Amino acid sequence: MMPWEVVIGLEVHAQLATSSKIFSGSSTAYGAKANTQASAVDLALPGVLPVLNKRVLDLAIMLGLAIDGEIASESIFSRKNYFYPDSPKGYQISQYDKPIISKGQLKFSNKGEGKVINITRAHLEEDAGKSLHEEFQNTTAIDLNRSGIPLLEIVSEPELRSAQDAVLYLKELHCLVRTLGICDGNMQEGSFRCDANVSVRNIEDPELGTRTEIKNLNSFRFVERAINYEAKRQIEVLEDGGVITQETRLYDPEKNETRTMRSKEDAHDYRYFPDPDLLPITITAAHIAQIAEELPETPWNKRRRYVKDYGVNSEDAAILANSPETSVYFEACMRNHAVSAKLVANWIIGELSALINKSSLTISNSPIVAERLVSVLERIEDQTISGKIAKQLLGLMWNTSDSADQIIAQERLGQVSDNALLEKIISQTLIDFPSQVQDYKAGKVKILGFLVGHVMSETKGKANPAMVKDLLEKSLTQGV
Amino acid sequence: MNLPNSVTEIIHGLENGTFSSRELTKAYLNRIDNLDPKINSFITVCHDQALQDAENADRRRATGTANKLTGVPYGNKDIFCTKGIRTTCGSKMLDTFISPYDATIVERLSSQGMVMLGKTNMDEFAMGSSNETSFYGRVNNPWNIDCVPGGSSGGSAAAVSAGFAPVATGSDTGGSIRQPAAFCGISGLKPTYGRVSRYGMIAFASSLDQAGPMGRSVEDLAHMLEPMAGYDPRDSTSSIVTTEDYSRDLEHTLEGKRIGLPKEYFATSLDYQIESVIEAAIKEFEQLGADVVEISIPTTPLSIPAYYVISSAECSSNLSRYDGVRYGHRCELPSNINDMYDRTRGEGFGEEVKRRLLTGTYVLSSGYYDAYYRKAQQIRRLIKNDFSKAFKHVDAVVSPTTPTTAFEAGKHLNSPVNMYLGDCFTVASNLAGLPALSIPVGFADGMPVGLQLVSSYFKESTLLTFGHMFQKATDWHLHFSQDNLKEAQ
Amino acid sequence: MPITIKEVREIAQLARIAIDDKDIPSYEDQLNKILTLVDEMKAAETEGIIPLAHPLEESQKLRDDQVSEKNQRESYQSIAPITESGLYLVPQVIE
Repeated sequence: MMPWEVVIGLEVHAQLATSSKIFSGSSTAYGAKANTQASAVDLALPGVLPVLNKRVLDLAIMLGLAIDGEIASESIFSRKNYFYPDSPKGYQISQYDKPIISKGQLKFSNKGEGKVINITRAHLEEDAGKSLHEEFQNTTAIDLNRSGIPLLEIVSEPELRSAQDAVLYLKELHCLVRTLGICDGNMQEGSFRCDANVSVRNIEDPELGTRTEIKNLNSFRFVERAINYEAKRQIEVLEDGGVITQETRLYDPEKNETRTMRSKEDAHDYRYFPDPDLLPITITAAHIAQIAEELPETPWNKRRRYVKDYGVNSEDAAILANSPETSVYFEACMRNHAVSAKLVANWIIGELSALINKSSLTISNSPIVAERLVSVLERIEDQTISGKIAKQLLGLMWNTSDSADQIIAQERLGQVSDNALLEKIISQTLIDFPSQVQDYKAGKVKILGFLVGHVMSETKGKANPAMVKDLLEKSLTQGV
Repeated sequence: MNLPNSVTEIIHGLENGTFSSRELTKAYLNRIDNLDPKINSFITVCHDQALQDAENADRRRATGTANKLTGVPYGNKDIFCTKGIRTTCGSKMLDTFISPYDATIVERLSSQGMVMLGKTNMDEFAMGSSNETSFYGRVNNPWNIDCVPGGSSGGSAAAVSAGFAPVATGSDTGGSIRQPAAFCGISGLKPTYGRVSRYGMIAFASSLDQAGPMGRSVEDLAHMLEPMAGYDPRDSTSSIVTTEDYSRDLEHTLEGKRIGLPKEYFATSLDYQIESVIEAAIKEFEQLGADVVEISIPTTPLSIPAYYVISSAECSSNLSRYDGVRYGHRCELPSNINDMYDRTRGEGFGEEVKRRLLTGTYVLSSGYYDAYYRKAQQIRRLIKNDFSKAFKHVDAVVSPTTPTTAFEAGKHLNSPVNMYLGDCFTVASNLAGLPALSIPVGFADGMPVGLQLVSSYFKESTLLTFGHMFQKATDWHLHFSQDNLKEAQ
Repeated sequence: MPITIKEVREIAQLARIAIDDKDIPSYEDQLNKILTLVDEMKAAETEGIIPLAHPLEESQKLRDDQVSEKNQRESYQSIAPITESGLYLVPQVIE
């Protein structure tokens, strides 16, 4: 059995977060009725001309800075010529020579092992419209609302060597574009689309094998499964003595397989040439400097800072930094408050997320604003309530605007720290469970947990568990 | 009424109340109805709309809100999109296309209060030099109806020449304003590339196309250029260089001005009659005070091949949008999407257009890009450099506009290359983006001869001054074919 | 370089233009004549010359990121060959 290596390169089309399209003043808002956001320019009426949206340059430069890429001082648009009904001009305005960004890098880690993937280029282009093949019989229906939406195509070198790495690369890139605010990353709405170029070779072969391109991967899970399927398929073909055809394939999530895309069977001659309707873009050092000054913190810097400045562990830091909304929330919790970062992190990642996931809200608009969460955690830290009670409290706070303290008072959630009461309950417990007491004295110290649990339930969870444990231990060692 | 002979005359007439815009418009429309069947210069005549616009113009004048050009009628080449009015570009492909919007220049002329008489005939998609490729039939030269008027703005040139419109819009990609102006004995200006907005002007070759005025006199061109010129935010290739009051400063002595004669242009074997007419015209410039020097444009023989590569390449891409999906012609009962494209485009486009689309697709195709397109763009820079060098020493480069006078219809239909060679004096200014003017300077065998002047970037006023001063001293521009037409009735 | 009949068909397919078989030879002939004309460019010495894509040496002007277009679907689709429920219809494309 020849040891095979899979080689993966990824192309991501990220929709840039602008209000209007790249070459026309149409809205980019999602969900509009068909062809209500398609202007004369988007429809390619005779005589219309493209004019470039300033913001797309700013957003592309932001990415370039974040990935340490080269930002072109002069960049040009080229026409990619091909016929398809959702491409109204019969060509797509894209970039060929002199893309706006080249030679960047994206780092990520796989189980602690750091990886660096080179990004060949990132270039600007316009999206095509949508072709709907199922609306009517024997007919394809075209909606041009998407025609002209601004895209940044981010192309990696074929340096990924596993489907898992591919997904981690994508997740980091996804996190980056959202953190920078250049793309909303909504994969269901088509804001972040991935094509995978997959080939296999003998692990010792310096040459790359023939690659296929897999399109229509709009979730991380699909990416992983599609790459794994395709690698396996290619290996089987080659082991059977066949050859791989360079082609475009579609991933079918229901069957978990890839198949040839019929319309892309003929090799395309795109006849690229510089678009004569657009002049070269000039990007000055001053422009780049201005963007650099306003550049948001990158996810990796944020994660590092959370570990260093807050003492959060790296897994938690990754989760907190993964979404701009969560990191804003976390930092709001930490600002001007003395609560422990670890506690805040646990609660955001655990309880709060659980509550939010059950609802249709987000961390930015849920009723548990940062101040309110902190007020709960403060009561844990000062031992007014136990962690278990705090969960209950949080749930109650979801449905009312009352403060934590108000609810604690109303529901009498305060911890029982009254020694006398506790000792009474403990004494009773030791009487009620003689065999467990025996086991403990015989050396089965773990049985303490059971006894603590029982005392806790006798106090309806309101006892201070640390205190209960202490008192029990004392009683057991001292007692009869 | 006796139709006026110039826009200047019309401006005075309207201002003085000698006639109303409505009267004037009616007179032109009558003339078109009576005589255009012989010439075929209009595709669409806007009888009702024109009279309506003329009445509005008269109302504006009565209330003191009129501009200089309010109420002046004009012909509009059918390459400019006009809202609510059929815009065909001379093609079956757009036979049914009612434009939902106005081209920028149409908006500008309309806001001046000008009255559009109709859409003039043209070579299909502006590809041609004889107006014989129009889906709506060929246009006849008013000086001799067996001859072509030139193209692609043949309809506009013939309409002005025949007195159907005092002035008209044209477009020029390789000579399409200047050559028909020369063939029809009128004046035509191709402004600097970027001087006039291309928004709404159906694209042929984007880096070469330019809109411009055509009229009986250079002064008329200046009037028309004023509202047309200027930056348009909807056209990324339009220039931010400020415009001028072109009609105000036409009178300037030519003393101290220098004219360059490219030795390469005059080395060609020109018809001796044309040669003597041109020589006489040059002498006239000398009499007006200009110095004449010999210059060299060594890249001259390269301009036609470079032009045909670049214009074909660009048009092959620009015309891909004509696919029957969103507007225009669609073939009957397509069996699948490719069949729909193939037959729609096969039926909708004429032969010359198809030839250029195939040429353009070929020169851009894989393996040929460097040898053809890239090479042509390099030659383009050399041509630009040649002219820049020349303009260090001269104010205008002068030549015949065309190597021949208007030829007989059908003469070159089977040999497109021979047709292309007629562009030898005009294409270089499109490639370099320079402004160029053609004025009538005499006759050869009874047919008009045009002289071309080319100036440096944004020096339209230099060209207009040269032309105007020449026309003040001569009367070639006052020979009207409409005298011929009356006889031909 | 002369163009062949086969190439004419290929180019016509790339350009998506139907040409009758009987017309192909005439297109081949015309295209070859045009290409002969075009081949005169070979004589030019262009080593090191930067191609000129635009006659104007200006930079692209930028537009503010504002929505400036309103819905004009009815007007635009009034000139369309076939639409239904606001969608443009074409023969089914099989992916």
